[in-house]
Amino acid sequence: MTPVQAVIAKELRGYFVSPIVYVVGAVFLLIFGLLSYLYVGFAGAQAIQLMQMQGGAAQINLNDLVFRNLFASVRIVLLIILPILTMRLFAEERKLRTFEFLLTSPIRINDIIIGKFVSVLLIYLGLLGLTVLVPTVLMLFSDFDWNPIWTGYLGMALLGALFLSVGVFASALTENQIVAAFVSFGMLLTIWLIAGLGSLLGDTTAGRVISYLSYMEHYDRLVRGLIDTSDLMYFGSGLALMLFLTHRVVESTRWK
Amino acid sequence: MIDVHNITKRYGHHTAIDRVTFSVAKGEVLAFLGPNGAGKTTTMRILTCFMPATEGYARVAGFDCTDQPLDVKRQIGYLPETPPVYQEFTVTEYLTFVGRLRGMTGQNLTAALDQAIGKLELGSVRHRLIGNLSRGYRQRVGLAQALLHDPPVLILDEPTVGLDPKQIIEIRELIKSLAGSHSVILSTHILPEATAVCQRVVIINKGRIVAEDTPEQLSARLRQSEKVSITLKTAPADCEMKLRTIPGILNVLPGQAGGSFLLECELGRDLRDEIARLVVASNWGLLELRTVSMTLEDVFLQLTRHEDHLAEPAEAMVSASVERMDA
Repeated sequence: MTPVQAVIAKELRGYFVSPIVYVVGAVFLLIFGLLSYLYVGFAGAQAIQLMQMQGGAAQINLNDLVFRNLFASVRIVLLIILPILTMRLFAEERKLRTFEFLLTSPIRINDIIIGKFVSVLLIYLGLLGLTVLVPTVLMLFSDFDWNPIWTGYLGMALLGALFLSVGVFASALTENQIVAAFVSFGMLLTIWLIAGLGSLLGDTTAGRVISYLSYMEHYDRLVRGLIDTSDLMYFGSGLALMLFLTHRVVESTRWK
Repeated sequence: MIDVHNITKRYGHHTAIDRVTFSVAKGEVLAFLGPNGAGKTTTMRILTCFMPATEGYARVAGFDCTDQPLDVKRQIGYLPETPPVYQEFTVTEYLTFVGRLRGMTGQNLTAALDQAIGKLELGSVRHRLIGNLSRGYRQRVGLAQALLHDPPVLILDEPTVGLDPKQIIEIRELIKSLAGSHSVILSTHILPEATAVCQRVVIINKGRIVAEDTPEQLSARLRQSEKVSITLKTAPADCEMKLRTIPGILNVLPGQAGGSFLLECELGRDLRDEIARLVVASNWGLLELRTVSMTLEDVFLQLTRHEDHLAEPAEAMVSASVERMDA
């Protein structure tokens, strides 16, 4: 087992012996299920309306009516719950004074950061994996195209990874977990709202640049079923940037 | 093994340690002694590559702490001030994690684990959560962590804090048994500990080294006079005056209990025989007679107190005692 794997194993254990994963997981799955139920309910109501108007069975599009809406709403759920998952990663080490131990162990700072990030990413992907139950159940009752669902899941995975990297960064800033959660929440919300500023500026260079910086349009395209390299690049580089900044923050604590 | 040259650490305008220089040979145990805030922990953090020095260099086993931190860290076992333990882990799980971080695997790891647990007598709690253990056990788990990979250099920040007296003795024995094969630096503010386990003592105050020597030599160097304490059965009013008449006696101070006196004699002269003869001849009844040696505690207090008045305290001390010897 390499040191990185040791860090991953240690963090996973830390998550599963504390109530965080269970509580966050339960809330996430509950809300995901509730949202699915609501959108399916709306879709059903719409189908009945169409039937009355057209007379005869109407074919409704679950991809448009359920999944796109569902994936769009999941953004806000992730925005709220992912900072709770990441807040302990570095803040707790500082509080318990184990941070000094980690930094004096023969392991690179990069390995520590990657180990912590991968552990929380695995937990998130596990939770996301459980939600595949929703489209699987719906498949029994209806026909729909799986491709946009897979790109939607890719979008949720990438968006979640980006959120988690922001959370890891925020956690490295402080020894207070509440502050860490709140800082990452604030950062994520700000990046979200930047999209609004971008659309306010319209189709100008500044407007396009600002819109590009927000994760909104990149995520939307994936949810609509479009895989564009520039969107993948956006998530990849954003994530790398946040982990790099985390490295700088951890490194800088040595100089204080 | 450890070579520290002129290291200075500044936090903004505050200088935590100022041009500290010392070295530790292979197999030597060195005590770092100083009041709180003297710069002990800062020095240790620089040696363990937790933070870099502002100026100067530190080397461990030939590796530079700034340029080759990973190599240095592999040579070191470090116990910080607070034992770095994860509450939600059992002792075995925690030590396994520590071993893996240091690249140990399989049989090596299991053997090292059993050895460390045996050395620190953690066998009875090895499957318990660290969060449920007492302070003393946590401290021992912290020590086990530092010893796990059998490093050539051990840096222990106050290793006996929080232990009960029996455990303190055991840990001191353990540290003593490490001498010879391991180089150890331990910081402490408990002076008998330094005397008990260390070959050499570095006294640090306000970020500067004020003295460095063996415990015995340190007290010898700072002794201004030989002191003899006596207790008499009957002490007439003129006995103090009569005692002063013995050649070589510098001063006679009445002790706390009735009939006891502290006699200061010239350095290098043993006047016990003369004192005893006078007391017996005068029929005062000699109940007790013993030399009073200076404890490390006295040395420590003297050095840290004098530091305020003297620019170069260590040298001033030495020259002062040399002058006295000349006189």
